[in-house]
Amino acid sequence: MLFELERVSLRRGGKPVLTDLSVRLPDGLNAIVGPSGSGKSTLLRLLDRLSDPDSGTVRYRGTDARELDPLRLRREVALVPQLPALLDGTVAGNLRFAAEIGGREPDVAHLLEVGGLDASFATRDVARLSVGEQQRVMIARALASEPRVLLLDEPTSALDERARDSIEATILDLHHRIGASIVVVTHDIAQASRLADWVAKIERGRLVGQGTIAEVLA
Amino acid sequence: MGEVAAALALVAVAVGISRWRGAGLESDIVIAVVRSFVQLTAIGFVITAIFDQDTLLLVVVLLSVMVVFGAFTARTRAREVPDALRPLIIALALSAVATLGLVLALGIFPATPRYLVPVGGMVIGNAMTASAVALNRLGDEMHSDAARVEATLALGATSRVAAAPSVRRALRSGTITLVDSTKTTGLIFFPGTMVGMLLAGADPTDAVRLQLILLYVLLGAVAISALTATSLAYRNFFTPAHQLRDTGGASGPDSANGQAGGAIG
Repeated sequence: MLFELERVSLRRGGKPVLTDLSVRLPDGLNAIVGPSGSGKSTLLRLLDRLSDPDSGTVRYRGTDARELDPLRLRREVALVPQLPALLDGTVAGNLRFAAEIGGREPDVAHLLEVGGLDASFATRDVARLSVGEQQRVMIARALASEPRVLLLDEPTSALDERARDSIEATILDLHHRIGASIVVVTHDIAQASRLADWVAKIERGRLVGQGTIAEVLA
Repeated sequence: MGEVAAALALVAVAVGISRWRGAGLESDIVIAVVRSFVQLTAIGFVITAIFDQDTLLLVVVLLSVMVVFGAFTARTRAREVPDALRPLIIALALSAVATLGLVLALGIFPATPRYLVPVGGMVIGNAMTASAVALNRLGDEMHSDAARVEATLALGATSRVAAAPSVRRALRSGTITLVDSTKTTGLIFFPGTMVGMLLAGADPTDAVRLQLILLYVLLGAVAISALTATSLAYRNFFTPAHQLRDTGGASGPDSANGQAGGAIG
């Protein structure tokens, strides 16, 4: 099993965000669906150890995430946040930065290609890119450390329909080309059915269903 | 004291301007005047006593008290930084020890209370201001830039790497004021020590020489204090697992729609 959450609870500011949540996510294409404010993004951050639960256990490939080196975990499990948050400078500069953190040789041209961007983007200032282009750079940057798992938080929420379709095609292409498992957080059930084979549905921080698309979203 | 009383006429002008333009600073001005009078008078007696005793132990005690008070004062400007007091105390103490130690080692001033008290006071005062400005900026940066910091952590970066752009901007903020004033000194304004010496009848060449020494000493003190304060304080924004702490800021983790961890998706 890729990830297992066992009776996970988390409060913020005295309010429950996740409550007694037990979720299994297998290798492959996964989606976490639910309405805004249901705790999906918080759940995704737990998978990358950007946060720890107040109680319960998060396991990555059978090991308690708290027993893993968080830096090594994040280089193996890359998270792309909902909105682009790139460093100042060029696209290539961002890609090189991420590759160096991951201890990899930066292959800017290859990363741009798998991120769905042409080579001319390498020298462009990230501040001059559209949100869709920045999101593609975020995905390419996350791939720079050659992760085995990609966590995507509402990857198309700020995009129009055409850009959304393009990013979705890139996500599916990534899975097939590099074999990475993918967990997508989305409020869009239709998107979940397009991208995922396995779905966990949460509402108000509680699990309301998990299984195949047919089982959960039928 | 007649001259001091006469100078109060300009305080009256300041109060008048505040009232005329509705700035609401009248009470603050009065409090500042009373506090400065009491504090400077008191420290005058303390310094006189230290000069009379002519012992370095009392100098160390006085400067230590100034470090602690300076750190508490600077902390009020660094409210967004968790547990800022410890980094501030270390920053002020280190800048005082390093700069005064170097000044003595290089033989710039003799190791007597008459030199160490005023120079130490200036060093700690400027270090306090620089640290306060730097940590104030660091707090703002870490909250406004939380999304980018966490996105960098998500790449597997250490908290030091993730915070580096914010720490760099904070350090620059803390030191830039003195750097700029050093650039323009003699052209746009005359610094206090030089003015004081000229008013006291010193030779202008001697006044300039001492002022230059102090400016260079203060540049070092300000750089050391801002560097130390930011280098220690940024750690308080993170857990040992390189997670951004929820410090209650507007853009901090788990505060809003998924950004910077925000979130309850």
